[in-house]
Amino acid sequence: MKWKVIEKSKLPNLIGELAREYEIFAPVDRKSIGSFERLASGSEVSLDSRNTKKPPKDVFIPQTETLFTYKTGKQEVELAAPQVVIGQRVVLAVRPCDAKSFVLLDKFLSSGEYKDAYYKEKRKNTTIVGLACNHPLSTCFCTSLGGSPHGKEGLDVLLQDINDKYLIEPITERGEKLIEKFPWLKEAERADIDKAKKLSDDAEAAVKSKVSIDGVDNKLDGMFDDPIWEQICQKCLNCGICTFFCPTCCCFDVLDEDGKRIRIWDSCQFSCFTLHGSGHNPRPSGKERMRQRIMHKFNYFVKTHGESFCVGCGRCIQECPVNLDIREVVGAISALPTDKRSDND
Amino acid sequence: MTNPYIPNLTVIRKITTENEAKDIKTFELTFKDSEAMKNFKYRCGQFAEISVFGAGECPIGIASSPMDKDAIQFTVKRVGVVTTALHNSEEGTVMGVRGPYGNGFPMERLEGRNVVIVGGGFAFTTLRSLANFILHKANREKFKDLTVIYGARNPGELIYKYDLEAWKKRDDINLNVTIDSAVPGWKGLVGFVPAVLKDVAPSSDNAIAVVCGPPIMYKFTMPVISELGFSPENVLLSFEMRMKCGIGKCGRCNIGEKFVCKDGPVFTYKEFQRMPKEY
Repeated sequence: MKWKVIEKSKLPNLIGELAREYEIFAPVDRKSIGSFERLASGSEVSLDSRNTKKPPKDVFIPQTETLFTYKTGKQEVELAAPQVVIGQRVVLAVRPCDAKSFVLLDKFLSSGEYKDAYYKEKRKNTTIVGLACNHPLSTCFCTSLGGSPHGKEGLDVLLQDINDKYLIEPITERGEKLIEKFPWLKEAERADIDKAKKLSDDAEAAVKSKVSIDGVDNKLDGMFDDPIWEQICQKCLNCGICTFFCPTCCCFDVLDEDGKRIRIWDSCQFSCFTLHGSGHNPRPSGKERMRQRIMHKFNYFVKTHGESFCVGCGRCIQECPVNLDIREVVGAISALPTDKRSDND
Repeated sequence: MTNPYIPNLTVIRKITTENEAKDIKTFELTFKDSEAMKNFKYRCGQFAEISVFGAGECPIGIASSPMDKDAIQFTVKRVGVVTTALHNSEEGTVMGVRGPYGNGFPMERLEGRNVVIVGGGFAFTTLRSLANFILHKANREKFKDLTVIYGARNPGELIYKYDLEAWKKRDDINLNVTIDSAVPGWKGLVGFVPAVLKDVAPSSDNAIAVVCGPPIMYKFTMPVISELGFSPENVLLSFEMRMKCGIGKCGRCNIGEKFVCKDGPVFTYKEFQRMPKEY
């Protein structure tokens, strides 16, 4: 399929047409933070801002989600599972790093003996339209994790801002089908594609911060008892904002509230996360919780799913109240001499 | 698509108070749907998520034996929100159960061998399931000698007294019940589980040891187990962790890359030795 272009002024029309058939989620600036929300109108979309503060994970894993409802009578209980997806959905303007987070979340939530029915159902009915980054931020490090400002992994369609227009590149069959719904879209000209290529190259070069991730997983194998965790956790407040804004962090708590069994985002940075009923806690201090976060992202997930559980979006760096920088943490681990490894076996 | 988060509805058929402190009770549940009961096929050592609607859900080891076909049992200590709500429930209350979860004990490895069960405190629940399974007349000859060492703080804290009485009368089980320190009227063994294990000294020859207890018990029991000659792959441990989903998704029960809920809760001592020390 040929690449298309759309003039920026026409975008609200396209969104309006889409909205007749799809539920549309896109970056908006409601509630004073950029987040992906169900669109009320096409003009609400905010594509000019940099990446949203809140990642798009809540399109698939809402911050609170009803698993089922219950009605309790004297001797009876009635359960009802909610309809997970009403219709087809489109998520618009997902940045390539966030799109990759969906691929990683699929590996975790939609795989194994038990599949997360709520996540999987939503993923199945959702088309992902990406938006390439022309202006990466200083905190971006997607290229260190196999991503790129114009990466296509996890996307069905990729849009790229080429000044007055968006270039529209179909990536999957599902993406092609979506584009086919708009026969009025103009075909891209050579000049449009060249311009996009130039912008992509510039953007790739603009991702200045590099983290040396190679071999970090192996090195972490022998570092469970390393003094580094004690050092790194010193300034951490265990506020959990890094996990809250992380596009891949998906741990949750389950509880009952007002006739509903709900799940709600939770964080490995909280002490009660692992607190046993007996009072025993296997991760009693910040040291263990910091270690869990880093180990999970750069060692455990590599072992179980073949790659790091981080996409380099940099949100945890931007939002950390004490400037804890995951690049520095990984860098410090990477810089440790290999002979420091104490083999657990 | 099957939705693993939706529980089956069950009814509390019987509640048995297990200890003097009255904070450990056994709940016997029957499924409202007989198909669901048939589909709930479990092995010893597995657990399930129990729902008290309005209070929430918690993971509890299955205390009944898979040979008990008409009901399942859970022995629950009152510690938190859900377990307190459960303790306040009456017979006839409708509860949710989903599962069974976890790997359970590798029964095929236990068959044809001597089995040594070592338990302390109220962690004895899944071990009781295992003992009753082995002692069932349809199974007994599949296993060789059965030795049980079970300890509690004091006689009042021993659970399953009715089972212990019944087992005592049998000649195909070597039962050793101990309490931590002597009290008037107690005629049985006195001493901590590791010490009693040392005295009983079950042979490690063609034997598998199954150990479950509080962390402190593991600490002192494992050296004795090793001294008796059990190789690490012939020792099975069953772990506890805080869990929510029971199916490896909520992210809190991991030790290293292993989720206790789905990769465990049963690990060999050999696996355990390779795990990070975070439990």
